[in-house]
Amino acid sequence: MMNDQPIMLITGTRKGIGRYLAEYYVKNKYIVIGCSRGVVDFELDNYQHFNLDVSDEKKVKIMFSQIRKKYGRLDILINNAGIASMNHILLTPIKTVNKILNTNIVGSFLFCREASKLMQKKRFGRIVNFSTVATPLKLEGEAIYACSKAAILSLTEIISKELADFGITVNSVGPTPVKTDLIRSVPKEKMESLLSHQAINRYGKFSDISNVIDFFIKPESDFITGQNIYLGGI
Amino acid sequence: MKKKVTEIIYQAINEINEELDQALKLEKSTNTVLMGSNGKLDSLGIVHLLVIIEQNIEDELDEIITIADERAMSQKRSPFLTIETLVDYIVMLLREKNDE
Repeated sequence: MMNDQPIMLITGTRKGIGRYLAEYYVKNKYIVIGCSRGVVDFELDNYQHFNLDVSDEKKVKIMFSQIRKKYGRLDILINNAGIASMNHILLTPIKTVNKILNTNIVGSFLFCREASKLMQKKRFGRIVNFSTVATPLKLEGEAIYACSKAAILSLTEIISKELADFGITVNSVGPTPVKTDLIRSVPKEKMESLLSHQAINRYGKFSDISNVIDFFIKPESDFITGQNIYLGGI
Repeated sequence: MKKKVTEIIYQAINEINEELDQALKLEKSTNTVLMGSNGKLDSLGIVHLLVIIEQNIEDELDEIITIADERAMSQKRSPFLTIETLVDYIVMLLREKNDE
């Protein structure tokens, strides 16, 4: 089935920002494909869900094959899936480290690679990765999360050059804390101190994030690549 | 299997040739040099060709493979040098997959 509507893939759509983005872009007439490890408890028109771990190469490749067969192309990838863990380095188990690196770095890399294979044929593509303000703010207790996202900045900058000739732009957005599960375990005082480092001292809203994504993915943004935008004024 | 894979690669070359100037078009022959000083494709061209071949293999043989795998990238003599070496490498990947 070929379709004129933009085809968008969003990772980590089961809850939080990912779910909001799936709902937002479906509402804006996109065909959205989502994925997450767990099953989703919602259904949307023009939304298709895959259950998989974003770092599982075999399953990810099968999903991309199915997308190609069904839609013939992919226009936009939003690499939202991410996990965090608030821990002092001396209390951080290696299993947690591997889990964070696998989801945040390996998963983002794998999706960028496979999405680009689909996008390069049409010489058009938009990839938006997720960074975090935890990296420039050098948040204590977030060492592994922040360094995994520092890797995303490098990934974004370098592959933007490698993919430019294919008409694919790659950018990233760095949200401030948004009230989601990701920050549930962070103490309130810690969050307030974090917000005080922003030029605008408030929690982020989901719409702040979709606003930046809208900018990156619009056709007129074909000269914007390898860039990162932090929200809140960092 | 070898014949089928060769056909699939030629099909990908047809697609690539549509976008190339006459002088740069690839000849559909097993001796065609793809990479290196005598090759007609630059690194982006090779990437483009391998992606199309992977997708054609999915469509024609219903097999999902990664041609540019670790082994291919670490070999002294690249399996992407000529169409013949590429055919041999893909046939080997497909056989290994079927033996799994």
